[in-house]
Amino acid sequence: MYASWPCPLATGGTGEEMVLGFDQQRSIRILVIAPLFTEANKFRRQITEIMRLLDDLGIDCFCPDLPGCNESLQPHGEQTLALWRKAVTAAAGHFSASHVLAIRSGAWLAPETAPGWLLAPPRPDQILRGLIRAHTIALREAGTPADTAAILEDARREGVTIGGWAFGAELVRELSSETFAPADRQEIIAQDRLGGPGLWLNAENHFDAQQAQALADILASDLGLS
Amino acid sequence: MTAETASAETTGSDRSEIDTILRAILRDVLSLGEEQVEGFDNDTGLFGHLPELDSMAVATLLTEMEDRLDIIIDDEDLEAEMLETYGGLLTFAEAKAVGA
Repeated sequence: MYASWPCPLATGGTGEEMVLGFDQQRSIRILVIAPLFTEANKFRRQITEIMRLLDDLGIDCFCPDLPGCNESLQPHGEQTLALWRKAVTAAAGHFSASHVLAIRSGAWLAPETAPGWLLAPPRPDQILRGLIRAHTIALREAGTPADTAAILEDARREGVTIGGWAFGAELVRELSSETFAPADRQEIIAQDRLGGPGLWLNAENHFDAQQAQALADILASDLGLS
Repeated sequence: MTAETASAETTGSDRSEIDTILRAILRDVLSLGEEQVEGFDNDTGLFGHLPELDSMAVATLLTEMEDRLDIIIDDEDLEAEMLETYGGLLTFAEAKAVGA
């Protein structure tokens, strides 16, 4: 179930990253792109359960670690959306993905050419705003005067560490300036189709079997498997 | 306290829409049961009282309030009092919604 895959390095060449995969050389092969940052933790178990359901449906699926994420040894603070896109594109090729399933901010990385599904994608500036706000609140709680606009300005120049996550300046600039638009071949799945609140809202990491099943059912129906 | 008073506090028909939305957001963010959230009163402690409600969760809570209540929460709004109790948060949300 766990293996490694050759992920492109920023400096050229490839390095090993982990991948969670269910591979029986079946015809439908879905590349699962996990959300970034704090939401990665909130969806870790959920993604595993979704992939088990897809496996039961006769679908191969792969969720590769991206550099700096999950078990990766690469520094998170040196990553950018551009580097992650390169890694996702390489993973799609390596695993011969027929489709993508991107969760939340993972949608920003989905290769445009791949058909598939995007679950509740947020806007990059929305996610950045939440992170900077959390940083402001944490600083103020610790008795340090903090101003969101000033933090953002500094972060765009020097990067910032929020809740243990290092964000390089380039990544902050990408998050504040990029807009997100789904590719033509990718369908947005709104959270309310899963019949419960988004797992990213939950302060605790959480697993929701009904939502996992609802998502698997949508994919099965779209793929003509049910 | 009479039974009548207690009943009026928990099932009052004049509960505002904002109150209902705010409780739903807290339920989603804190993963609490319907009954627990229904039991919140004005003095129920939030930030600093509920271990789940750390700075990241508060940021999520505020973003969700902006989305569902169609308000903008500015930096200067982030006062300790508004997050301290449920009543404080509700008063803040109501004032913001009126001004929106």
